[in-house]
Amino acid sequence: MVSYRTPLSRARGLGAAKHGVGQWIGERVSAVALVPLTLWAVWAVIRLGGGDYDFAVAWIGQPLNATLMVLLLAISFWHMHAGLRVVIEDYIHVALNKAALLILNLFVCGLAGALAIFSILKVAFGGGA
Amino acid sequence: MSDAAKAPRERPMSPHLSVWRWHVTMATSIAHRATGVALYVGALIAAGWAIALAKGPEAYAGYQALLGSPVGLLVMFGLTLSFFYHLANGIRHLVWDAGHGFDLKSANASGAFVFIFAGVASVAAWVVAFMIGAV
Repeated sequence: MVSYRTPLSRARGLGAAKHGVGQWIGERVSAVALVPLTLWAVWAVIRLGGGDYDFAVAWIGQPLNATLMVLLLAISFWHMHAGLRVVIEDYIHVALNKAALLILNLFVCGLAGALAIFSILKVAFGGGA
Repeated sequence: MSDAAKAPRERPMSPHLSVWRWHVTMATSIAHRATGVALYVGALIAAGWAIALAKGPEAYAGYQALLGSPVGLLVMFGLTLSFFYHLANGIRHLVWDAGHGFDLKSANASGAFVFIFAGVASVAAWVVAFMIGAV
């Protein structure tokens, strides 16, 4: 592919806007990580769908399942926060609405992600009721 | 002050969606966003599942019944379609980011493939789920 960037800009690695490169890379790296994790999740949902509460508790009790589940949740919530952020930035043009929605997006992803991960860890460490 | 000065003036509009013919690459782009938003809701449903599991057997059974209801299954199938679409089109985007397949012919072909893949993979996943007895 032809590159239009100067050697200096390439060395700095910041692009025309001088920031946002880390965000752009973060979106892609999380996408790469989610390819195997989400495919595993489809299999996990099918397995868990066929089982009851005791099965799910035993399943989460296995270190590999708990670890992959926590990684899946953490990276998914990171990725979807980044994705919806771009959607909000593209379509919402009233400054106050935009700021409010960006904060809401962050808080929803942060809260739901933290609750989900804590719940998985509680069952993984403490077992079922 | 004249009336024209008070009212917001009619501004020239840029060519809007309605003047464009639908084409594959446009549809894949819009669908990528739409499925991304759908999966956002799906992740919240997954978080609800984890919370119900931590809460106990009754909450978990209730949540499973909700997901297993006709509406729940419909939502789950929609999420399956959204997932396989977003997965395949996401990989398509990663290939583009690496500098490949961006010419019109390849982009149209990969776009059509992504739609077909999403349908086939979703049906396959549900066939497996039925065979295992998950549904």
